[in-house]
Amino acid sequence: MADQQVYLDHNATTPLHPQVKTAMTEAMEVFGNPSSLHQFGRQARKLIEQARNDIAFFINAGTEEIIFVGSGSEANNTVFNFSFCQATHCTAHHQGRMEIITTRIEHPCVLESSKCMCDRGINVDYLDVDRYGKIAIGQLEEKLSDKTVMVSVMMANNEIGTIQDIKAAAAVAHARGAYFHTDAVQAVGKIFVDVKELGVDFLSFSAHKIYGPKGVGALFVKKGVPFCPFIRGGHQERGRRAGTENTLGIIGFAKAIEMRKKEMAEETVRLGKLKEMLREGLLKNIPQVQLNGHPKDCLASTLNVSFAGVEGEAILLYLDLAGIAVSTGSACSSGSLDPSHVLLATGTTPELAHSSIRMSLGRQTTQEDINYVITKMTEIIEKLRGMSTVSLHER
Amino acid sequence: MDEKAGWVYSDIVKEHFMNPRNALSDNENFHADGTGTVVNMKCGDEMMFAIKVNKSKQTIEDCRWKTYGCASAIASTSLLSEAVKGMTLDEAFNISPKDIAGRLGGLPEHKIHCSVLGDKALRAAINDYYARNNMAHKVRQDKARIICRCMNVTDHEIEDAVLEGARTYLELQEHTKLGTVCGQCKDEAARLMNEYIQKHFIKSE
Repeated sequence: MADQQVYLDHNATTPLHPQVKTAMTEAMEVFGNPSSLHQFGRQARKLIEQARNDIAFFINAGTEEIIFVGSGSEANNTVFNFSFCQATHCTAHHQGRMEIITTRIEHPCVLESSKCMCDRGINVDYLDVDRYGKIAIGQLEEKLSDKTVMVSVMMANNEIGTIQDIKAAAAVAHARGAYFHTDAVQAVGKIFVDVKELGVDFLSFSAHKIYGPKGVGALFVKKGVPFCPFIRGGHQERGRRAGTENTLGIIGFAKAIEMRKKEMAEETVRLGKLKEMLREGLLKNIPQVQLNGHPKDCLASTLNVSFAGVEGEAILLYLDLAGIAVSTGSACSSGSLDPSHVLLATGTTPELAHSSIRMSLGRQTTQEDINYVITKMTEIIEKLRGMSTVSLHER
Repeated sequence: MDEKAGWVYSDIVKEHFMNPRNALSDNENFHADGTGTVVNMKCGDEMMFAIKVNKSKQTIEDCRWKTYGCASAIASTSLLSEAVKGMTLDEAFNISPKDIAGRLGGLPEHKIHCSVLGDKALRAAINDYYARNNMAHKVRQDKARIICRCMNVTDHEIEDAVLEGARTYLELQEHTKLGTVCGQCKDEAARLMNEYIQKHFIKSE
């Protein structure tokens, strides 16, 4: 095992913030069922509602507009369950609107939910993205019709970090009477998110991407917007999500949000500088590097690059042996045969998609870490390129 | 970090991955008597294998390889390159990828298709040697045979589908679209599929 440990996979998940850990440890004794009327239940209920209040405030939502769920994926699945209810008495009945529009670069939980809707007779259309991963509002306008029930566009992409203009997209969707959802799992706590300013109807986010615990997410549902529960059989969350609340997780989530509120602005600047150092260092030391993602509208913490001629899994595993944790868009690491659908959607060739490495920085990343990664990456790419058949083609 | 978490592949894979044997370096002047290059069209991996042949003994004296491939491709080809040295061309031609995977301490099923690239390239190199040395009659090419006439699917494609994970007739159909028109090839296709599963995935005692 390498001496130095550098974790550059914060878009996958993050370690608990020390203060989150403390808050959760203290709350460990709270065991009452928040639905119970007695003192044990009331104690838990109070903490959950306080957390809901804090989290709602952070994204400028009303307290009653926040539903706690089990994950970002559940939040997204819940939204896709919405409005396709066949029951005519349900507020979420489709009313003859049978089309959804989303993008080609969504997280698999949205893409798979879309496919499932397709099987249920809903027409799903996909927005293209440009080479930087941006959708075109014009194309959204073209695809929208009186049949569109919902538009779903992710706010910040998990693989390449590209940030969309959600405000503009929501406005054109609303102009045609469609609801608007955004998967903001990679955005909330990293960039400024205000649901009123954005004008969205639904917004999904999660705790473990921002130094909170795993197993808890939240869905913002704008007041007055139709809703159909995904998990039924309980009155929890005002009947919108059955199941005894994850008290400990929710408390950790709220603490993580509180810490983001304090640290986000400063950290974004710091990470932006570190990413710039990393980018410059890699470009200076290594030839034939392609940068993926938007040069400007991009998460300050996310850098996605392709190293021509070498396969991503091999890079990832050599880095792992050097103590550095990253992820790749290569199919070889996932067990599937197709490389990253996001990179392919940006027009990156399959070869360069297989050669891609995503580095996502976080609050513990230091300048020393970045220097170490640049040094190791340079060595590894040189070694792998030396073994690569690509050098044969150049002769 | 807990070292007991282990590594993603076996220790032997790790060792060969970290210290690949016989990889051709760019400044090396290796005079090959035969070379072969194969590409996995699906995942984009590429493999080149070069052999130096002892012409009187018809054995592999030395070899080199290069790859644009993942850890499994690198490790399995490294091990293969050690194993074939000294073998007769016939022996080397018949070396089975399953044997290589076994010697590596096993590979996950979804990585087998990466590890077969090395021996495919090796066979191509041996054929190239025969072709270059007026022994064209010895060139052994696995000619593809069409199994499903309606959809034009060959036995090679059935083998690839198995390597990519097809284990049931339905999955085979999903991968290749065979048998989706007249369905007459079903029995033959299913038989071949089981043969390839046996060939690549079932451990022989």
